[in-house]
Amino acid sequence: MYLFSFLLLGRLTLKAIPSDTITRGGALLVLLAPLGLAALLTYKKKWKWLYKNWLTTLDPKKIGVMYIILASVMLVRAGVDALMMRLQQATSAGASNGFLSANHFQQVFSAHGTIMIFFVAMGLMFGLINLVVPLQIGSRDVAFPFLNSVSFWLYTAGLIIVNLSLVLGTFSIAGWLAYPPLSELKYSPGVGVDYWIWSLQIAGIGSLLSGINFIVTILKMRVKGMNLMKMPVFTWSVLGALSLVIFAFPILTATLLLLTLDRNLGTHFFTAGGGGNAMMYVNLIWAWGHPEVYILILPAFGVFSEVVATFSRKALFGYKTMVWAIWAIVLLSFTVWLHHFFTMGAGANVNAFFGIMTMIIAIPTGVKIFNWIFTMYKGRISFATPMLWFMGFVVLFTIGGVAGVIMAIPAADFQLHNSLFLVAHFHTMIVSGVLFGYFAGFTYWFPKIFGFKLNERLGKYAFWCWLVGFILAFVPLYILGMMGATRRLNHYPSGLGYQPLFIVAGIGAGIIALGVAFQVLQIGYSIYKRKEYKDTTGDPWNARTLEWSIPSPAPFYNFAKRMEVSTKDAFWEMKQRKSLDQGEYEDILVPKNSPIGMLIGFTSLAFGFAFVWHIWWLSGLSLIALISIVIYRLSQDNIESFISKDKLRKLDISRKAEG
Amino acid sequence: MSKVSFIQEEMAQRNEKAVIGFWIYLMTDCVLFASLFATYAVLHKNTYGGPGSKDIFNLPYVLVETLILLTSSFSAGIATYSAYLYKKAQTVIFLIITIVLGLTFLIMELSEFSHLIRIGDSFRRSGFLSSYFALVGTHGMHILFGLIALSVLVCQIMIKGLNRNVLRRINLISMFWHFLDVVWIFIFTIVYLMGVIK
Repeated sequence: MYLFSFLLLGRLTLKAIPSDTITRGGALLVLLAPLGLAALLTYKKKWKWLYKNWLTTLDPKKIGVMYIILASVMLVRAGVDALMMRLQQATSAGASNGFLSANHFQQVFSAHGTIMIFFVAMGLMFGLINLVVPLQIGSRDVAFPFLNSVSFWLYTAGLIIVNLSLVLGTFSIAGWLAYPPLSELKYSPGVGVDYWIWSLQIAGIGSLLSGINFIVTILKMRVKGMNLMKMPVFTWSVLGALSLVIFAFPILTATLLLLTLDRNLGTHFFTAGGGGNAMMYVNLIWAWGHPEVYILILPAFGVFSEVVATFSRKALFGYKTMVWAIWAIVLLSFTVWLHHFFTMGAGANVNAFFGIMTMIIAIPTGVKIFNWIFTMYKGRISFATPMLWFMGFVVLFTIGGVAGVIMAIPAADFQLHNSLFLVAHFHTMIVSGVLFGYFAGFTYWFPKIFGFKLNERLGKYAFWCWLVGFILAFVPLYILGMMGATRRLNHYPSGLGYQPLFIVAGIGAGIIALGVAFQVLQIGYSIYKRKEYKDTTGDPWNARTLEWSIPSPAPFYNFAKRMEVSTKDAFWEMKQRKSLDQGEYEDILVPKNSPIGMLIGFTSLAFGFAFVWHIWWLSGLSLIALISIVIYRLSQDNIESFISKDKLRKLDISRKAEG
Repeated sequence: MSKVSFIQEEMAQRNEKAVIGFWIYLMTDCVLFASLFATYAVLHKNTYGGPGSKDIFNLPYVLVETLILLTSSFSAGIATYSAYLYKKAQTVIFLIITIVLGLTFLIMELSEFSHLIRIGDSFRRSGFLSSYFALVGTHGMHILFGLIALSVLVCQIMIKGLNRNVLRRINLISMFWHFLDVVWIFIFTIVYLMGVIK
């Protein structure tokens, strides 16, 4: 009986279903949300619509929208994790133990970090890249449209795996980077770390493929006349970030592979005994991890560059230095990984080298900050929501950056390592840099994709909640870190005086949650009022780059005519010269929809899930299925439909008549 | 522009994009191997009381493996060349030669692995052996996937002939095959040669 069950289901038994109330509640939510959605779709008879228009689409704009929807859901999911941690730490002093067990608390912070980085920040980033980059460079599509859909579905598969851990079994307790030896089989025998590994491995391969895809898109598919030094800065920043992706993500793939081997085949890469070396894992994971944070931040810098120029009605100050600053950051980001573990004991000289390199990286970042401020100088600034996110970012990011330079001093870092000071620092960088950046970009490009603007008033409420909430939530953590509070505390003695500060931080987190509520409300209300907020011009912000030269929402073929540009800020130039309607119609090929990207995603999901639970027949089967599906796709001919220039002209004219 | 010539132009551009994309992919694979090489460099002294590199490598055997792989790369090159001359039969023959040589290489590698495991020097023995198996095994996995791809390609040539898509794939897969050759040269030098000399 036991053997039969093992062959069929591996280590998956009824015990995997959570037993305590809080986890059950979470599991129920994770199950109910998709079930409710499915019920709604069935009720509205929308399945066919969903399948034809969204699930099988190869249009980067739609794929981008799907990325952003999933990432937003994950923002709420991992945001609830954050609120749970804040509540636990605010209440768990002295005699009170809070409402979470130590083990559960560990799972919560591991899930929070993992999901926020891989499925919120990365999802928002790839979403925006999909929406904007082809439009900005005047291209009709990405270089490999089918591969783009595969990337998206691999991201989705990883996302489902990480959330399945709430329903079946437990999640990793080893933090968002799963340092060994804690993440080794000996100390984490359950499925948690395996969930973490496979979720990241699958999503990571998706990111890698996306990186290749968009680099080729940017290098080969720019509109005629747009040489590299005429590209919009957002596109430049994406090129920089994705160059980091292609050099950093293979390291993650290799590292996760080695950890998988350690856990499943009994090898000794990172084990405490047997000739393994745990610090090698830490080096490898940060050789990926440090570039990763620049992967997230660079496109956000790009968004800010577009936003600040548009809303100051001026060309970006120091375009060339901006580009060079991006590439300086790209190069330097591979030379600083050791600052995450100065305490390893590599010696004074090694630490000094990495400390100095870390301080140097503040220089190109400072160049960018000053460029943005000089762009605002003497500009005619309009305080629209994207601009508010930008200004909140400049203040917070500078504070967080200075905290970072403090920690770049190895001697200081020995005191601050693993303290809440560090936690406050990187949250300042990632929340104010990455999240504010993508929120700004989302508000800014929303009309181009959906055809109507977002409500400004609710957007401003959301911004102020985020800003005030952020300061209240994280300034106490800087102070707590100085007082000696380490990260990941689920309990502390009451005599230390931590509790009042933790309570303030908890209130701040609550205000951020209010900000998220305003964002949800903003989107809902704007959809309700979409006729009133309709963007009839295609250029609602009086912007500067090519994506605004076409009607909103952008048609599936993006650009009806083959254009030619001669300057940077090409659309602005066209408006100045009043030469808007240039170019000729031409024949185009449009890729046909394909469900195979989705199939690849779900077979990968089955493979990962089977590997987590040791259901070997299923992992073998899904691997064979995966290879067969790829071969099938490669044997398909006739994967595109042809649109003649006459048809395109008709489509274009009717679109413009509508607008 | 007629529809035909338009599609031809499109396809030429597609070819160019595919080649650049594939080059970038190969560079990412390079980084993957670099990580495994780094791991080997860190762990190769961690023998944990087990055998070191001097004790287990059989250099003449590995040299034969190497020569077989290099020859397969040569035949892959001839296959590509024949494909561009639209000589279908010749292309298929040389691709099959490549597959046979690649398979021989893989079988030799696997028998070396199974020999080591049989005498108790498996990947579980020490950090050194773990990193050795991971590095060489990952290369072997790539060879396996290359063999699958080459077999599919042979079927496609037989069924569809040397059309544009097939030609592009021959080009890409032979790039992949040469790349694996280059990686193997590094493995041969760093793992085997330097392992025995020191």
